[in-house]
Amino acid sequence: MNRRFDIKHYQGFLAITCLCLFILYAPLIIVMIYSFNDSASITNWGGFSLRWYADVFTGPESEKFKLAAWNSLSIAVMAATVATTVATAGAIGMIRGGQFRGKSASFALISLPIMVPEIVTAVATLIFFSTIGFKLGTLSILVAHIVFCIPFAYLPISARLQGIEASYEEAAQDLYADRWRTFRYVLMPIMWPGILSGFLLAFIISLDDFIITNFIKGAGIETLPTAIFGSVKQGIKPNIMALSTLLLLFSIALVTLSYFIGKRGQEPHPTD
Amino acid sequence: MTSAIALKGVRKDFGTFTALSDVSFDIKDNEFFTLLGPSGCGKTTLLRLIAGFEDTTAGTIHLYGEEIENLPPNKRPVNTVFQNYALFPHMNVAENIGFALRMLGWTKADITLRVAEMVEMVQLGQFVHRKPSQLSGGQQQRVALARAMAPKPKVLLLDEPLSALDLKLRQEMRTELKRLQRETGITFIFVTHDQEEALSMSDRIAVMSSGAVQQIGSPNQIYENPANRFVADFIGETNLIASRVDSADGMHVVCSLADGEVLTALANSPLGPGSTGVVSIRPESLTVTKTAPKGESLRGTLGDAVYLGTDTQYTVLLAKELTLKVRMQNQFVASQALKQGDPVFVSIADGAARFLVD
Amino acid sequence: MAAGTGSGRTVSATFSPVRGWLLLPSWLVIGIFLLVPVLLMLVYSFLTKEFRGGVIWEFSLAAYDQFVFDRGLFGDDPPQIEWAYITIFVRSILQALGATVLCLLIGFPTAYFIATRPANTRAIWLFLVTIPYWVNLLIRTVSMKFLIRDNGPLNEALLAIGVIDAPLQLINTNFAVQLGLFYSYLPFMVLPIYASVERYNFALSEAASDLYAPKWTILRSILLPVVKPGIIAGCILVFVPSLGAFLAPDLLGGAKTFMIGSLIEEQFKGNAGNWPFGAAASMILLSMVLVVLLFYARAQSREQT
Repeated sequence: MNRRFDIKHYQGFLAITCLCLFILYAPLIIVMIYSFNDSASITNWGGFSLRWYADVFTGPESEKFKLAAWNSLSIAVMAATVATTVATAGAIGMIRGGQFRGKSASFALISLPIMVPEIVTAVATLIFFSTIGFKLGTLSILVAHIVFCIPFAYLPISARLQGIEASYEEAAQDLYADRWRTFRYVLMPIMWPGILSGFLLAFIISLDDFIITNFIKGAGIETLPTAIFGSVKQGIKPNIMALSTLLLLFSIALVTLSYFIGKRGQEPHPTD
Repeated sequence: MTSAIALKGVRKDFGTFTALSDVSFDIKDNEFFTLLGPSGCGKTTLLRLIAGFEDTTAGTIHLYGEEIENLPPNKRPVNTVFQNYALFPHMNVAENIGFALRMLGWTKADITLRVAEMVEMVQLGQFVHRKPSQLSGGQQQRVALARAMAPKPKVLLLDEPLSALDLKLRQEMRTELKRLQRETGITFIFVTHDQEEALSMSDRIAVMSSGAVQQIGSPNQIYENPANRFVADFIGETNLIASRVDSADGMHVVCSLADGEVLTALANSPLGPGSTGVVSIRPESLTVTKTAPKGESLRGTLGDAVYLGTDTQYTVLLAKELTLKVRMQNQFVASQALKQGDPVFVSIADGAARFLVD
Repeated sequence: MAAGTGSGRTVSATFSPVRGWLLLPSWLVIGIFLLVPVLLMLVYSFLTKEFRGGVIWEFSLAAYDQFVFDRGLFGDDPPQIEWAYITIFVRSILQALGATVLCLLIGFPTAYFIATRPANTRAIWLFLVTIPYWVNLLIRTVSMKFLIRDNGPLNEALLAIGVIDAPLQLINTNFAVQLGLFYSYLPFMVLPIYASVERYNFALSEAASDLYAPKWTILRSILLPVVKPGIIAGCILVFVPSLGAFLAPDLLGGAKTFMIGSLIEEQFKGNAGNWPFGAAASMILLSMVLVVLLFYARAQSREQT
């Protein structure tokens, strides 16, 4: 088709899209490249090497990184698990609970952690914990992460649930399943892709969080983002670039996974 | 003999909207019973009340003498075939059919046996390990039937189960459904908006409109003796002509039309002179001739003719802007050369005119 | 009214008898650990500061007063307007607006371009735009810092091709912060616009074209009004987090580029802080965000009626 008469085509939009992708990717790719720099200086290229990756695992800061990574991962797993459970129950209550008073208030409450700016959540949580005398540490981080992970888990789960016709549950109940078994054997397997992407989203959001964690982590406890931030404050070092590259690749692997789960979930159902 | 389903004063409101108002009737054991009506008439709501997916606002529902309107759906020995089948997408055919049995706590061996029996009944032998998405519409329909019949329900509810199938398959499935009902002896309650489906399969039909039952009867009764103007108009095609009773002898009335012509008709109940209403005459009960026939006839002018294969449908213009649709077999038409604008006589078959009070 | 047909039922209620139990965990967790803390923060903003962090439980308007007035070291000089904090707020709003406009200028054509790709390649383009959103914001900001620092790869490349003679001083400038915000939240602009352009019925454009409208007129007067909800959603998704951003101004900026986020953070760090003042600043930020969101909700409900 002649491009000039293609109603959808606008001159220059492809160029802007490429520019957009370039802006998004250039810094990440540059850091990835420099993480393989043999030189101790971050400015000069000293040849290809994996020495900074070795440094991340065995260097002087490796103990700190390992502990921070363990904290980050364990908090992310727990926070995402709890948040996904809470969000799944909430989504079923909201979307399969009929019309009820307080429905929009409930929705507003569930979305509150997304609407409140992160720094405000951080301040409020810090004030709350210090007022009730809750000791700052892993547990306070975990609680805060659960709270702001809930809406992120809720979104894909509720979207999935909205796409499932209620007749599946009615059929299950009609075929003698009680409410629990309707959930266990029919609803949950069908909404599983939504639950899984909700979990992954919550997991990444928890893993990524810096601002809130930084406020309420208490002394001596670091997660990967706070450890990286602390280190970067004194200047960007090559081992941080290696660590960042690892984290980056980990995130991309998770997105890719969630993308394919989402795709599988979209397989046409006979009755959709 | 207790009836399969007994409805007494059943009412259902959705907020301010009344979906069903005061519905009472019985469905007999082993009956193929159809709820027929236009969309929004309350037929699906009634089915959902019997299945237990909705709570009644008022009234009672008895199933073989037992009151059930307070039981949840999983405690009611009735099963449903859903309009969209609602086959569980993550289970294969065998697992779908065996689901209810598993929920009821049957042993593995018993489930296997019953599933095999059902699979054979609906002729799906080679498909037992397929997922619903790998089946055609007609096959899915059979799985839905087998799944709902596997736990041997006392009553099977079918919610427009044929509406998603193409015409040819739909006609095949009609015979199939009728066969299954006869062989199993299960009471079927079938919801449809398709009158042809209802007329061809049912033992009895309840015609519904705006949340109320208009008439219950055999297909023949409903077609030949419509209880009111709605039923006459909804089932099949008919001519409805406003008229007024001149004299009455029991149910036989003599009434006059707006153009002053007079004809005799049969009323549903004894009427007095002066009652107003409509006369309903099916197009196929009318005959057009160029010469005056013996007995009663109306005079008119021949209008459009629409050729329909075996039949031709004519419009006959009477005086005062009254029109009649007439349907005649082409075999019969061929003998007379009818042309638009011809003056014609329309005669009515014996007993075909019904007088329906407003 | 479709209540009788079953198919038109919009609200399913298969779990309505237990919905209270299902929603209880969400209410409790978010209510106790976010709603109560925000209310407590409101209370804190009206308390007296304790010099080593924390508060004295005594009512005071000092935190809000401090925003607007300078009353000297001991608080008894004649009040003068204090411009420092007002400047920070104004700068934050301007930076957030700037980032929103930049994101829109780049994001709209991108979203449009992706939404008009054939279905098979569309998913790939979309996936490419989504990936950076999933990458840790801190890492992305650090990467940007690495790229644009004085003797970083960008300056070296520009020097090498002879565009500039001396390294550009980018870091610690408002421009760097602007770039960082734009870079952080660009995917937030693309995704909602993409979603609304994808739903757009191009028969409308064809009809306009048939009625003699030139292409850019079609874009301006047919497509833009139809996809406006997506554009507004994208703008809010960029503006709101930019307003309270901490990482971009902190890592890419300096003292002259201070934004609300850093101002708040400073009040809770170490012993130098002023908790009531930090709480008050947070309340002001939260109020601004809520105003924007309410405005959005109203515009949206007007759109629907």
